[in-house]
Amino acid sequence: MASVAAGYLPILLFLGVALALSTAFVLLPMLVSKATGSSNPYADKLAEYECGFPAFEDSRAQFDVRFYLVAILFIIFDLEAAFLYPWAVSLGAIGFGGWLAMMIFLAELTLGFVYAWKKGALEWE
Amino acid sequence: MTAFFANYLGYDAGWFVATIIGILLIALPLMLAVAMIIYADRKIWAAMALRRGPNVVGPFGLLQSFADGLKVFLKETIIPSSANRGLFLIAPIITFTVALLAWAVIPFGPGMVLANVNVGLLYILAISSLGVYGIILAGWASNSKYPFYSAIRAAAQMVSYEVSIGFVLVTVVLWAGTFNLSGIIEAQRAHIFGFINGFAFNPLLFPMAVVFLISSMAETGRTPFDLTEAESELVAGYQTEYSSMSFALFWLGEYGNVLLMCALNAILFWGGWLPPVDWAPLYLVPGIFWFFGKILFFFFVMSWIKATVPRYRYDQLMRLGWKIFLPISLFWIFLVSGYLMLTRYGV
Repeated sequence: MASVAAGYLPILLFLGVALALSTAFVLLPMLVSKATGSSNPYADKLAEYECGFPAFEDSRAQFDVRFYLVAILFIIFDLEAAFLYPWAVSLGAIGFGGWLAMMIFLAELTLGFVYAWKKGALEWE
Repeated sequence: MTAFFANYLGYDAGWFVATIIGILLIALPLMLAVAMIIYADRKIWAAMALRRGPNVVGPFGLLQSFADGLKVFLKETIIPSSANRGLFLIAPIITFTVALLAWAVIPFGPGMVLANVNVGLLYILAISSLGVYGIILAGWASNSKYPFYSAIRAAAQMVSYEVSIGFVLVTVVLWAGTFNLSGIIEAQRAHIFGFINGFAFNPLLFPMAVVFLISSMAETGRTPFDLTEAESELVAGYQTEYSSMSFALFWLGEYGNVLLMCALNAILFWGGWLPPVDWAPLYLVPGIFWFFGKILFFFFVMSWIKATVPRYRYDQLMRLGWKIFLPISLFWIFLVSGYLMLTRYGV
């Protein structure tokens, strides 16, 4: 087990501890409020929040398409960043050729970025 | 610590006990720190508005957060009848778990790190991306108008600034040549003129330090970028339907993330546990004090900004992220890598 994966074992344990802690934080107060009698749900209390009157519209209504655009652009640029990381740590090893190749890739991506900008994908009025 | 327990329990069990203790030594003080930092935030904010802030519970009001916590703990957990019960309860669990989890790789001092993994920075990036899920699940599961809009806004905002944060990290990694956080700190030793520690003092990297500081505020939804809980339009944002400890978990998670971002600012650009100047007497102060001092400094800066700068509009926020920070950080990758090719690696 003295491999790379062994270094991640503490993180796995940490995940367990953190999950246990936060689950306890969510469930314990529910039990406590049952025990102390402060739990007293009724229909009006459990209604969804709307400034003082019954909600008149489905809450999962349409929303602006630009949020989708942001999500799509994010995928492109985040993937690009994922390409950049291994390149960044090994820049010394891959030399000028490696650097140039990435610069060409970045230039192409910048073209895409300029296109998205000109098309107005980044406009929020 | 492992060796100490291994003497009594054998190696595997000793390692296990030592690791669990290490985890609790991070997680419990972190929760304590979050409670105190909420108090500090309120105190700083009050002082800048010429108010007193919390001053009733305990000396100087120091126990205010604990009183709040106890009160919230004893409250009834309200699950709206139209909500998706399972997801509704899972959302705060995800938020808080993720906020704790990132601390597993943070080096508090030389060798003081729970999991010294080689791709520590990548791990933090991955974990902080997961934070979006807690928020968007909270908004969706609440099945209520304001949480839903807030969650969508929050997701788009976090995602936008993650892009520029990702590029800023590339410039740091280029210079340090490693993803290991301790390695990045060591790379900053005597970085400028042979005696100043910290990438931020490098004129080429200083703009990235500024971009990272502002992006980290946007990423954690701090004022002036707190559009996710703009009370004038969205009530309380994605937490609107939450009550009791589930509500508190969002708070704990949020402030945990703020502390994490302060720590990242300190680690990536300001030398982490190194003193600002590479001068022997300064090393007599343990590294952990320098590190905590820097975290507190950045937290103070964030509170300061919160108290002075008005909230952005959503279009301004998106413009800053996509049209200013993204092109700048993209260009800086070219600049930094080009400079390194010319000087360090020789074309």
